[in-house]
Amino acid sequence: MIPASFDYEVADSAAHAISLLAEHGEDAKLLAGGHSLLPMMKVRLAQPAVLVDIARVPELSGIRLEGDQVIIGATTRHAEVAGSSLLQAEAPILAYAAAQVGDPQIRHRGTIGGSLAHADPSADLPMTLLALGGSVEITGPSGVRVVGVDDFFVGPFESALEPDELLTAVRVPRGGSVRWGYQKFVRRANDWAIVGVAVYDGRVALASMGGTPLRASATERALQSGASIEEAAALAANGTSPGYDFHADADYRAHLARVLTKRALEGKTG
Amino acid sequence: MEIKLTVNGVTRSDEVEPRLLLIHYLRETLDLRAANIGCDTTSCGACTVLLDGESVKSCTVLAVQANGRSVTTAEGLVAADGTMSVVQQAFRENHGLQCGFCTPGMVMASTSLLAENPHPSEQEVREGLEGNFCRCTGYHNIVRSVLAAADKLSVPGSSADSAPTDATEVLA
Repeated sequence: MIPASFDYEVADSAAHAISLLAEHGEDAKLLAGGHSLLPMMKVRLAQPAVLVDIARVPELSGIRLEGDQVIIGATTRHAEVAGSSLLQAEAPILAYAAAQVGDPQIRHRGTIGGSLAHADPSADLPMTLLALGGSVEITGPSGVRVVGVDDFFVGPFESALEPDELLTAVRVPRGGSVRWGYQKFVRRANDWAIVGVAVYDGRVALASMGGTPLRASATERALQSGASIEEAAALAANGTSPGYDFHADADYRAHLARVLTKRALEGKTG
Repeated sequence: MEIKLTVNGVTRSDEVEPRLLLIHYLRETLDLRAANIGCDTTSCGACTVLLDGESVKSCTVLAVQANGRSVTTAEGLVAADGTMSVVQQAFRENHGLQCGFCTPGMVMASTSLLAENPHPSEQEVREGLEGNFCRCTGYHNIVRSVLAAADKLSVPGSSADSAPTDATEVLA
């Protein structure tokens, strides 16, 4: 499968990328690793007239500490997030989650910013960022704005990013000793989660339980009021709206959410 | 647009359409047919090549994204005198293939895996190859091949005296 024709522009800075987006309007799409965008272009689910390649912008890549946060550049690849000793020490759930994305080849190309901007409700990193309670740094023609993760995912494959904006960095809290857990239920290697659960410091996030990654609010409230893990996990599917496909119907997903939330709250990974 | 890159150690310069996929550039423009097109959806790994020493699925990389970079295919693992790489030899010695369609991708993914983790456990080999499908389901011998290559690469006096730190050393 070959994508439809497009023009290709290479941005040499974030400012250059934003000016190229302004120039080409909604016909342009940003390209980093391309591991969500190119498959969509091959089957004509996306047909941009212009691709703006931001993978060669040095300032958009890298991992550093800033006060009580870890800042991860948007084009930092999953393999780099997974292998980062800084993240393993300061936000181990994020390093772990990055290692669950796809397979090694995909992790050599795919980027954290691309995954978040793609906003797949079943993907690893959107769910993980929601559990971490981080924020997303967005740069547009009028400057930089920071959007908390609870406001970033607005619909299936839809984020708070505007077409003329560039996701420049991800900010997550430092918390090397915070208790966390991670569960991803798949039938085959390499699949997206049928249901996923990420737990971080009393925040519980679910994948594949609605149109966006979701907080398991009832579970979180129960934990705050002193409920046991069993009692809190039993509420994990409350307020969710899981879909159905040939892998699982909605009831099965609700059941998985309860079982996996219990395991994640126990600090288990898998 | 014009791209300039290194393919199997040779500098190439070609005029390509932006939409040309790297796998098509390798197979059709350069006539390098080792990497195969299997699923064409980033799943099966038959098209795996090394981009700057790291395994990638070349059905999901544009040729223009490889501009200025270095690409290695299974052809490039073979020395000028025809000697195969340690990984390639290990696949032959351990019968790490049946029909052979997945093999070039398996070899390239294994080469990248051993560059990143020179002493993998069996489980780490299996997880490291999760992006490569063998539809003959000959996984046991493939895993044996990779473990044998790791052993050979770690023997003092072999082509890699010390733990390799990047794929170029595993290529030898």
